[in-house]
Amino acid sequence: MTADDLYQAEIVARAKSGAGDSRLDPHDARATVDNPLCGDRVTLDLSLAAGHVVALGHRTRGCALCQAAAETLRRCAPGMAPSEAPAHREALAAYLAGRQDLPERLADFSAFAPVRSHPSRQGCVLLPFEAFIEAAAMVDPDRR
Amino acid sequence: MTFDPAALRAQFPILARRVRGQPLHYLDSAATAQVPLAVLDAVRTHDAMHRANVHRGVHALAEEATQAYEAARGAVAGWLNVAPDEVIFTSGATAAINLVAQSWTRSLSPGDEILLTELEHHSNIVPWQLAAERQGLVLRALPATAEGRIDLAALPAMVGARTKLIAATHVSNVTGAVTDVAALVAAARSCGAKLLLDGSQRAPHGPLDIPALGADFYVFTGHKLYGPNGIGALWARREILAAMPPFLGGGEMIRRVTIERSTYADPPRRFEAGTPPIAQAIGLGAAIGFLSTLDWSAVAAHEMSLTQRLLDGLAADRRIRIFGPAGLQSRIGVVSFDMEGAHPHDICQILDARGVACRGGHHCAQPLMDRFDLAGTTRASIGIYNDASDIDALLDGLDEVARRLCA
Repeated sequence: MTADDLYQAEIVARAKSGAGDSRLDPHDARATVDNPLCGDRVTLDLSLAAGHVVALGHRTRGCALCQAAAETLRRCAPGMAPSEAPAHREALAAYLAGRQDLPERLADFSAFAPVRSHPSRQGCVLLPFEAFIEAAAMVDPDRR
Repeated sequence: MTFDPAALRAQFPILARRVRGQPLHYLDSAATAQVPLAVLDAVRTHDAMHRANVHRGVHALAEEATQAYEAARGAVAGWLNVAPDEVIFTSGATAAINLVAQSWTRSLSPGDEILLTELEHHSNIVPWQLAAERQGLVLRALPATAEGRIDLAALPAMVGARTKLIAATHVSNVTGAVTDVAALVAAARSCGAKLLLDGSQRAPHGPLDIPALGADFYVFTGHKLYGPNGIGALWARREILAAMPPFLGGGEMIRRVTIERSTYADPPRRFEAGTPPIAQAIGLGAAIGFLSTLDWSAVAAHEMSLTQRLLDGLAADRRIRIFGPAGLQSRIGVVSFDMEGAHPHDICQILDARGVACRGGHHCAQPLMDRFDLAGTTRASIGIYNDASDIDALLDGLDEVARRLCA
């Protein structure tokens, strides 16, 4: 596994898209999480309607993988139920660990396949999902 | 006393291996230094021929193990220019600081102050926070300058009658800045406080004269001193140690035990509860023995030459910003930087593919990262075995980082 695989054009392009500030104002829930190992930080906003995510925005101070993952999640999230956030995180973790294929909903994360060979970087990809879980937990129960 | 860089490299077997199909360029000695054959052999010989517990048995192996363990204490004492009975083996610098934070602070009162600095490793912050929470102590911190040094101008306003301890790094693990210890000693003396120095980054750069430094506590870890993991040391003056209560209880550290109470051994054994890390201590002693054969003025000149080569190479790239002294004055070869448009972990990942091992992240110094408004930096750290090819490989790798991520 080389840097060519990890920093393929698609990941770099998504990272550059994810480097901006797409936070939502107004939003229904916001959470900020840090990666204690490296100090990376994701602030993630959710906008909801009828119990599902309408839009997800974020500001990510992180590595290219983290920024690309946050951007990919931004694209995938509409239509997800907040209560499904932990299951999505587990599905992606299992994919990165090589235990299972991606579910249809997370198909865009196939671009991260090279990260399967870099266990120390998998937390970078999962960090936006940790923020998603925390934000989902803040959603008013009546709106979940 | 010799120093032949090529011959020295040959003493470190790991430097001959390839990483990702490339020659290894190891520039992460500030995190963990590699070990020479002398250390590998010493640890193996101990376990193969002399393995036994220390201080207790009367059989030959126990005698041999005890002799080697105490000889290692003597080697550490020699490296620091202190008395062996003032040296306590710990599992590392973190454990050594925790020992002081949990034992020596027992004599402090609520409202007493401990003065830290923004440059500290978390291991010289969190133990004091735990002690402060337990005893109502007040923590204060000297700020860092823009150059990544302790801001000594703030010192007079930060010490006073309630200051009982100044705990500071001897050399920053992020910026490579060497602390002006004399200024801290003077401040501590002015108010009757003690001075603890975290020497984890300084100890690998040559023998020390702790009494001349004037510190009251000195800690370092073995794995950065070309020794094994799981071993480090605390030094304090004999009268300070004698007044300190035990931190951990167990075998080895007692004088007499009844069900109701115990009395305790004199230092250093009072602070070495249980079976100590014997092989690791012996390995550390071997590391110091190995290092003691080097001409340290030549080593320092070599390390500074490489540091200058690195600083010059980084300064030539306008995307790169160095966090630390720009020159060689009062610094060691620990160099942190960031590159506009590239995250430290991505930099280190691309470097890794070229066999270059650097460290990216907050380096367990988040208050300093906050000071610089960064999540992390990329850090290259130079050890005795590095040569110009390592620096050039790093600089070439940064060119690739720029092409890939900064276009």
